[in-house]
Formats: sequence, structure tokens, C-alpha cells
Amino acid sequence: MSTVKLNSIKKTYPNGAIAVRGVDMVIENSEFIVFVGPSGCGKSTMLRMIAGLETITDGEIEIDSKVINNISPADRDVAMVFQNYALYPHMTVRGNMAYGLKNRGIPKAEIDKKVIDAAKMLRIEDYLDRQPNQLSGGQRQRVAMGRAIVREPKVFLFDEPLSNLDAKLRVQMRIEIKRLQRRMGVTSIYVTHDQTEAMTLADRLAVINDGRIEQMGAPIELYNNPATLFVASFIGAPQINLIPVQFKNNKLISGDIELSGFKDLPENTELVLGIRPDVITPNKNGQLEIKVDLVEQHGADNLIYGALSGAAKADIDDTEICFKTAQGTLPDIDSVLKLHFDQKTAMIFNKESGERLI
Amino acid sequence: MNNINWRIISNHIILLIGVVFMSLPVWVAFSTSTHSAETILREGLQFWPGTDFLKTYKEVMFEEAGVMKSVLGITMLKNSMILGIGFAVGKVIISMLAAYAIVYFRFRLATPLFWIIFLTLLLPLEVRIIPSYEIVAGLGLLDTNFGLIVPLIASATGTFYFRQFFKSVPEELLEAARLDGATPWRFFIDILIPLSKTMIAAILIIMFVVGWNQYLWPLIMTTKEENYTLVIGIKQIYQILSEGGELPQYQKAFALTIMATLPPVLVVLFFQNWFVKGLVESEK
Repeated sequence: MSTVKLNSIKKTYPNGAIAVRGVDMVIENSEFIVFVGPSGCGKSTMLRMIAGLETITDGEIEIDSKVINNISPADRDVAMVFQNYALYPHMTVRGNMAYGLKNRGIPKAEIDKKVIDAAKMLRIEDYLDRQPNQLSGGQRQRVAMGRAIVREPKVFLFDEPLSNLDAKLRVQMRIEIKRLQRRMGVTSIYVTHDQTEAMTLADRLAVINDGRIEQMGAPIELYNNPATLFVASFIGAPQINLIPVQFKNNKLISGDIELSGFKDLPENTELVLGIRPDVITPNKNGQLEIKVDLVEQHGADNLIYGALSGAAKADIDDTEICFKTAQGTLPDIDSVLKLHFDQKTAMIFNKESGERLI
Repeated sequence: MNNINWRIISNHIILLIGVVFMSLPVWVAFSTSTHSAETILREGLQFWPGTDFLKTYKEVMFEEAGVMKSVLGITMLKNSMILGIGFAVGKVIISMLAAYAIVYFRFRLATPLFWIIFLTLLLPLEVRIIPSYEIVAGLGLLDTNFGLIVPLIASATGTFYFRQFFKSVPEELLEAARLDGATPWRFFIDILIPLSKTMIAAILIIMFVVGWNQYLWPLIMTTKEENYTLVIGIKQIYQILSEGGELPQYQKAFALTIMATLPPVLVVLFFQNWFVKGLVESEK
């Protein structure tokens, strides 16, 4: 039950590499925050700074209004789940979970009770006397979480905890983490590069790029209203369709394609038109035309991929458009399709700065 | 099928030749040690065991003046044991602590210090034997186990092995332990030492054998016969046995040699599983 506050924190490594360039953030009590971004964007560094595993070059981190910059990791009352679990290989599951409590001088009877409670919650009570190498990946992940839970910390930190699991287990554990966090109501910060994980887990999502927060907000808000080209392209699977365009005579022009109905855009500037795959439908009078080259059947729906046609410029010739159709609607490969999209849902970005214009 | 069989057979022949080549001298030494001095003097080395096994070994190990002027074989065995075990345990402790400091504590000059330690490999005991002797003698530690063992236990090899091993321990374990509130000392005791078990065993075995075979340092360190180790004993026995115009007691020399070979062999036999494990794998 805690709040976490980051006051323009910065991190510069001794070799001069800048990992975090001034981040401000207020995390409310019981909130589930996800840091998402490409690898090397500084998200893990931020998490590790909160944990106390990295020093803070500049700025302050507060937990419950107390500055913790110079407090040792053990005394910050945070617990962390690592990507590779980091279980102590020579200790049993019980030993692993109890170790943190033992170091804090908690009486043995109380430790036992806490360990068993946490084990029950995670359904690992049958494995308490096994060693980590006798467990499957999913079970190890649970033990790692159990080790965090028994401590009843103020803040949970998750550093890509699901990346070592197979796809099915990942979905399962994702749901479980979310349920657990709801039930325990512990403020949590979760780092991932997987946008699906980020979307599904987060109360609020921070998209991080190059050591800065690009945008922060509710996942659906970021999906519908990305502030920058980076956020738009990072959030959403399948990825948003991006078409390079220019604005001339009140029309968006891309090669031979001309779209009217847009106004107040800068002329002579490289722009990018972004259309989410799910707002595109096949329609004889549609504005776009593609030549289908790949159909992915996902069961309930299909993803159709094709190259945008009618574009004269080289960089547009390669532009691929993806859209969704319901089950049963399967265009032939190499067929030419007209596509319609609602221009109100279209987003336009400045290509250079990435800034959203419409 | 035939081809493979031939290959296996030829491989085994080569291995057998190797085994015979390595162990035949030991066997001859053993056989010879079970004959009487007269037989050896008359007929030379013996290939088949004789009848004096019990007599010779009893004299060598348990009877005063059986082998040296006064010291018993068993006393020398004990001294060798103390040296071997103390040497090995001391080396493991010192080099683990040194490696722990070098790998886990970020202090200035950690890397240069490591290389300085490593460079001491180029300075074997023989190079520093006079200053070492001076210091130990000055402290009045001649003829003590402490003076015998301590000057030998700094180990560049051990430090190097442990350093490499600690470096391969995942960083996250340390971080998890830090978040779990483990102090550096607790981390060392609770996590690093148990993880290094097989490594420790391997180094203990190697170092025991090295310690057991120490010759020069114990030789100059010990002035009294009762502090002799077996290895010194072997050297001395030839002088002593041929003194006084009696028959040279070669069988006793051989018996003592066999006794000196036995403990390292047993240690390696018993612990070879651990030994191999420690060198090739590690549970992490």
C-alpha cells in the first residue's frame, strides 16, 4: 500500500552512456504500472534504480513520501521478480521463500506460516521441499513470485518475468499475476517489451523510448490516442499501418493516392498517415487498394497483408497494409482489393518529430 | 560392426599399455617391499610379492628405529596428513576470500591487484624461501605446524579458479540476495559457499596432493626428526639405512614410498566424482 514518486530521475553510466534522461512519474497506491519499450530504452534501468540495484545519477525517488536514494535495497521494502527467476539453486522452495524473512530476523513459526500462505496462494504448496532444478519454468516463476509475496513489500517490481516462459504459460501467468496483484493490492511496477503483456496488465502504461517517457496513461487511451508516432507504432498488435504522405491542396497525397477531407495540416512536410488494422474494411468504393500477398488465419479472424498499390514513390511501393476480416472472409492471394477506412479514426503524424497532428 | 569392434579393441590395448606403463613401477615397488633385505640384495627388484609384508610394514610404521633413528612411520604419516589437510583447507579459505573480494567488491585497483596475485604464480616458494625462512624463524615458528603451513597457503591458482567461478554465478542471485536483506557476509556463507561445493572439493583434492608432496619447505622448516613428513622420510631413509655397515634395508624404503603414495591415491579415488564434477560442471 504505497505510492512511488520519481522526480526527474536520471541515470548516466560511468562510461558516459545515458540510460534515463529525466523521468517524472507519480504512482498511486495499489496501481499496476507497466513500463514498456524496445530493448535498451532504459525501462529496466529505471526499475533497478527503484529497487536500489543501480545508483541514481540525479533526481529523487520517493516511496511513501520518503526519499530512498541512499537507502539500501534491503531497507526499501521492495521485492523484485527477475527474468531468469534468480532462485537460490541449492535451497528448497521453502528455503528460497523464507530466506528474506530469515535475514530480517522474523521468528521461525511466523516464517513458516507466511511461506505456507504464500505457497497456497500460488498453488506451489506441494513443491515446498523440492529444489528449483526439479521444477518446471512456470513453477519456478511462481516460486520467484512467492519469494516476493512472503515479504509483503510496499512495492512489487517485475523485470520481464515472463520472457523465459513458453507462449501458453506466459498467457496463463499473465492472468495470474494480474489477479494476484488485484487481490493483494500492492503497488506494482512491471517492465516488459511485449506490448500485449503491457496492454493487458497495466492500470497505466508508460511507453519509454530512449530514456524518456513518450506517453503515459491507461492502455486503451494510449491505443486510441497515441501522442507520438512511436507510441502509435509500439502499441497495438497487429501493428498500425503507416503510410508516408504529404499535404497539398487540402489533400493527403501519397504517390497516386489522394485523400480529401483533411485540413489544417502543414504543407511541404513529410507526414505519416496511421490507420489501425481493425478500422479497415474491404469496400468497392474504398480509398485504398492493395494486392493481397499473405493471409494469416487466426481462427476467429484473419489478418490480410498486401502491398499498397497505386503509389509512385519507391518508399510507398513497399508499404504494407494489414487489416482484419472475420472468419470465412478469405480473399485470394494476388487478388486486388479496395479498402475503406473511416477518416475520423485516422491519425496523422509529423514524420520528422513523430508528433501527432490529427 | 566388425570395424567398430576392432576399434574398441585397439583402443583398449592402447589404454592397457598406458595403465601398465604407469602402474608397473608402483607394483614392483610394492612387491619388492614385501621381500627381505637379503633377497633384494641377492636378486634385485622383485616382481611377485614375497612373505615379509606384515613384518616390514609393521617395522616401518610402528617400531622405533624401524625406519628412522627414532621417529615412527605413523608419526610421519600424521605429520604429512596435517600438512596436506592444513595446506588444502588454508588455501581454499584464503583464495575464496580473496576471490570474493576481487569479484564482488568494487574497490579501486581490484583488477591490478588480481593480476599481482596472479603474477605470484611466477614466484614459486623456492624463490622466496630464504626470506620466508627468515620470517618464520624470527617469529620462533620453526618446527611448528603453524609455521609449516601458513607461509604456503596463499594461492594464486586457487584465487584464479574461484574468481572464474564467482564470475560465472549469475548477477541476479546477488541482486536477489541484496533485496532479501543478505549482508555481504551472509551472501558469502549462505549462497556462494554452497554453490561452490563441487569447486571447493576439487580444489581441496588438488591442493591436498600438492601439500602432501611438499618437500623443500618442510625439509628446511623441520629440525627435529619427530616433525618429519613422509616425503622427507623417504629422502632420509636411504642415508640412514645404509649407515653402519649393515645390509641396506631397501624393502623399508619401498614400504615407506608405498605408504607415502597411498593417501593421495585414496583421496582421489574416494572423491573423484566430486573432483570431476567440480572441474566440468556447476549447478547454477
